[in-house]
Amino acid sequence: MAIVRESSAIIRDVMPAFELFQPTSIEEALSVLAQYGTDAWVLAGGIDSFDWLKDRIKRPKAVVDLGRIRELRGVRELAGGGVEIRAMTTLTDVVLHPAIRKSFKLLADAAESAASPQIRNQGTIGGNVSQDTRCWYYRSGFPCYRAGGNICYADTPYGMNREHAILGAARCVAVSPSDSAPAMVALEAKMLVRNSNGERAVNAEDYFIGPGFDITRMTVLKQGDILTAIRIPSAWANASFYFEKISDRPVWDFPIVNIAAAKVISGGKIRRIRLVVNGVAAHPWRLRQVEEAVTGQPADEQTGARAGELAIADAVPLQHNGFKLPLMRNLVKRAICATPA
Amino acid sequence: MPDSKQEGTAAQVPLVTADTPADKSKLVGQNYVTPDLFAKVTGQAKYAEDFRAEGMLFAKLLLSPYPHARILEIDASQALAMPGVRAVLTMKDLPPPADYMTDLGVLIKANPLGERGLAMEPLYQGEPIAAVAAVDELTAADAVEKIRVTYEPLPFVIDPLASLRPGGPNARVEGNVWGVLGPEAPVGAKRTTPVPEVREIKWTEEDFRGYDEGKMPTGTPTGEWSYGDVEGGFKNAALVLDESFQTPNTSHECLETRTSMAYWQGGKLHLFGSTQSTSQTVPAIARWMNMKPEDVVLVSEYTGGGYGSKVTSSVHLIIPAMLSKKCHAPVMMRITREDENYIGRARPSLTGRMKAGFGPDGRLLALDMFVVADNGPYDEVHDTYISGQIVSLLYQPVAMRWRGISVLTNTPPRSPQSSPGGLQGITLMEPVLAKAARRLKIDLLAIHRINAPEGKAPLGPAVDGKRAHATGCFMKEALDQGARRFQWEERRKANSGKRNGSKIRGVGVSSSSFKSGSKGFDGLFVIQPDGKMYVQSGIGNLGTEDFSDVHRVAAEMVGMPWEKVVVTWGDTSKHLPWTCISGGSQTAHAMTRAAYAAAMDAIGKLQQIAAKDHGGRPENYEVRNERVYRQGGGPVMTLAHAAQRAIALGGVYDGHELPKDINPMTVRSAKALAGRGLMGVARDNYRQDGTVFSFVASFAEVEIDVETGTYKIVDFLAVADAGRVIHPAAIGGQILGRSMLGIGHAIGQKWVFDQHLGLPVARRFYQTKPPTILDAPARMDWAALNIPDPEGPVGAKGIGEPPVPGGCCAILNAISDALGDDIFRRAPVTLDMILTSLENGHPVISGLAADI
Repeated sequence: MAIVRESSAIIRDVMPAFELFQPTSIEEALSVLAQYGTDAWVLAGGIDSFDWLKDRIKRPKAVVDLGRIRELRGVRELAGGGVEIRAMTTLTDVVLHPAIRKSFKLLADAAESAASPQIRNQGTIGGNVSQDTRCWYYRSGFPCYRAGGNICYADTPYGMNREHAILGAARCVAVSPSDSAPAMVALEAKMLVRNSNGERAVNAEDYFIGPGFDITRMTVLKQGDILTAIRIPSAWANASFYFEKISDRPVWDFPIVNIAAAKVISGGKIRRIRLVVNGVAAHPWRLRQVEEAVTGQPADEQTGARAGELAIADAVPLQHNGFKLPLMRNLVKRAICATPA
Repeated sequence: MPDSKQEGTAAQVPLVTADTPADKSKLVGQNYVTPDLFAKVTGQAKYAEDFRAEGMLFAKLLLSPYPHARILEIDASQALAMPGVRAVLTMKDLPPPADYMTDLGVLIKANPLGERGLAMEPLYQGEPIAAVAAVDELTAADAVEKIRVTYEPLPFVIDPLASLRPGGPNARVEGNVWGVLGPEAPVGAKRTTPVPEVREIKWTEEDFRGYDEGKMPTGTPTGEWSYGDVEGGFKNAALVLDESFQTPNTSHECLETRTSMAYWQGGKLHLFGSTQSTSQTVPAIARWMNMKPEDVVLVSEYTGGGYGSKVTSSVHLIIPAMLSKKCHAPVMMRITREDENYIGRARPSLTGRMKAGFGPDGRLLALDMFVVADNGPYDEVHDTYISGQIVSLLYQPVAMRWRGISVLTNTPPRSPQSSPGGLQGITLMEPVLAKAARRLKIDLLAIHRINAPEGKAPLGPAVDGKRAHATGCFMKEALDQGARRFQWEERRKANSGKRNGSKIRGVGVSSSSFKSGSKGFDGLFVIQPDGKMYVQSGIGNLGTEDFSDVHRVAAEMVGMPWEKVVVTWGDTSKHLPWTCISGGSQTAHAMTRAAYAAAMDAIGKLQQIAAKDHGGRPENYEVRNERVYRQGGGPVMTLAHAAQRAIALGGVYDGHELPKDINPMTVRSAKALAGRGLMGVARDNYRQDGTVFSFVASFAEVEIDVETGTYKIVDFLAVADAGRVIHPAAIGGQILGRSMLGIGHAIGQKWVFDQHLGLPVARRFYQTKPPTILDAPARMDWAALNIPDPEGPVGAKGIGEPPVPGGCCAILNAISDALGDDIFRRAPVTLDMILTSLENGHPVISGLAADI
């Protein structure tokens, strides 16, 4: 007896109707979010959101466009040498900002590696760090763990998982696709999150979360939260930086693996270092063990090679992503021993 | 042509390049402002989606969520009850498949298992099942979601080899291969084709021995041919290689999706669509709609890319036509990128086993080629057959056997894509050639040269004891000119395998070829009493500029300055002649011949009119500089005056009497234009000894980072043997643009399917990865030999196809030059493949599964 299923068809590329709110202040935005609860969707540059909406997979009743809130735009220099980047600042404006270019080139390089010039003109820094994963099963609307179901389609004997996780997988093997996120963790950024209870500062390292913590979210942001700004402290200003992104195409592509490193080197030795890899786990992966192991060591090939091996010691490849191990190993090596440009 | 065509060699004829200086005394071979340029660069050009009609409705498609299912019920009641919803269309509303007669008089029997546009047994995820017409797209999309469809899911298969395994699944209920319309029985010889059937072929476990080690299995094919002593060739060979390789499935990714709008007026169907061909799309629509061609009006002024996926547009344009009939209102069906990924056509992947025997000098003595095509679910693709033909021509194996099979799969339908079968065949062969060169310690260029075709080189199997042959091949000349311009020897010495830190350089070359012309079509123009030449162009405006370029031949012959030539194109209500399909690189050759024929007809008539008015014999007169002159001096007649005289004389002169051999479409158009002036109208009846092929030699240098597997193309050159150059800028654009299409196959473009679910997971551009502008080589250059084809009156040849395989294989050969053998056994060569192979320190068996 044949299995008979009644189901509706796939239809994409036509955004369903929703109420559009375009508040001019954060307070107004928060009040709409409070009113609509789980039926609300926060819209920044739209690069991530419009895919979800046009695919008719996420169906919010209300979309809150942050684009008209002036206080969410711009970069200001902080006393003491840090910078505060408001969340709706475009990636292009981050890339071009003189203070960021001067003191935090790591972030400028990371932001400039994202997507394409057109997308960087539209996409925001807040959106880039908070974007959802690009796991193609999840983005195709499959009822996977992350979508509230009870299976991971990518982690089956047949799953297509070339782009997926080698670290920190917990039922879900999706990865963070952000190029700027690892730079934020490396620079010890603080993420300012506002909701109806007020504003709190979250360490970048804690802002990004894995499936073991919450399988349905990529960041600590919950319903009713808005990321308002990112503060980069002076801790790593003008350090020796290394950013590299490996992707299939030189433009308009997500990272397969990227790496962000901030180093202080004197006398040829590494005095301080923060080393973060992305595209390998659901959140930017800080290599604490490696940082400890190389501190005090010469910033040379040998240290780099050892660091690379150590970095992938706990990595577990899936069927199609074994190449990410040597790739991550080699990038860690380069980040350690690269001489500043 | 004013300058008589000469056979030449590379040494005698200077190359045409981007820097060749202009010659203002000529039209042919010169750059000019094409009549579509202003509209294109200012955004005034109207593509199908830009047309509007009063009361226009919008249509949206309901697509199958299953790779294969039987539909038990479609309940559209909720959708139809929605305000603003006007109609729902399903397969039962479509015209039944109809037989049709080709213009050569062959009766093609309808395929009852062919693609209809809407399906009750969807054969791939994304196949359209129903269409909704509503007052706007949002309503239509919401209504699509309200349609309840009851499916019985059926077995499916994504991988052609999986379907050939004993007990493997079939893509269709009836089987996994086409039965009658096999590649060995191409249409043409018979006056009626048989009704196609689907049957089942399974190979044995024994056939699959070696699969796990990466050897392509070989079993029963559906097509086979051979010539020469293949086994004897292997026995005498100094080196025998036996290689398996896989080329990718690649969507055409046209920038303009196949949107269409339709309405009915006075019993005629008016269709605004996106098509490669103008005249030839009319009979295709008539066939799909089961109506007369003269009742179809097609408007397609500009086409945003086709690459073979829109040769005569696409069956789906009957959906708005039928919805419009049902709703009594115009209907626009905008095709989204997601829809296009499903219905927009793709090149079939070929998996190939190439056993090749080489002499000590690198000469290919014997080739045993077996190819398996991933056919998709519908009509048989001929990429398998063509791959063998092209390889037999391009490398001239002394003896060769070809075998092939096209296996049905539950994946989006295929169609020809630039160099269909040629890209795959050459991509299967070139890595073998490169490996042989390394093993035999022969230069890579030398092994291409020694195997290159020359003169009227033969190809394919013997039919009735005789092998087909090319009209002329200048492959060696292209390789030699390219080697000079690319500084091949110096560059190989300096850069081949050169390491700098983690980066290694590689230098590669590839040969390439494809069929590049057809014949037997009609030219039509009228010189009116205003002194202007009104050219009717049935050629599609798909970006090649042929729709205008070819008519420069006729204008130059009748001495008409280009400023006085008015080209009408893109609307079949405007009296266009029968024209070749704008595909398969036929047009430059076929339609310059037709233009030449029409111009010769006009010149003859002008001479006759002058002789009538001024005495003497017609041959005493010559036509140039907008006038008819008597040789040796005497009376002069302007073309404007001659046009007036033609109207007064009537008969053949102004189109009231027409040649007997022109196509009925040309007859209808010429009759409509009769009496307006002096008509040039003729069928191209020029003889041609052989089949026309163009050739390209492609050169590339790459730099590979062995720590990341990434690479960039630092330099690229393609030198074309494409006959007489008609329009340098257009030929240069084709050479580089189509090279880029091929480069996409080498570096990253592909499909990714979950074989278990039967569904594509790569759906968006960022996942299917067509090349971007930054993937283009840092330096990219072209040149054309400009040697006229030895056959035919003009000597122009098409250039759309052959740059594609050359672009792909120059890169592949440069990569293996840098990294050695066996780093990759499929294209595209992506960083994961390079890293994994290098990391393991030995060739990695990547398997032959499709679409990973």
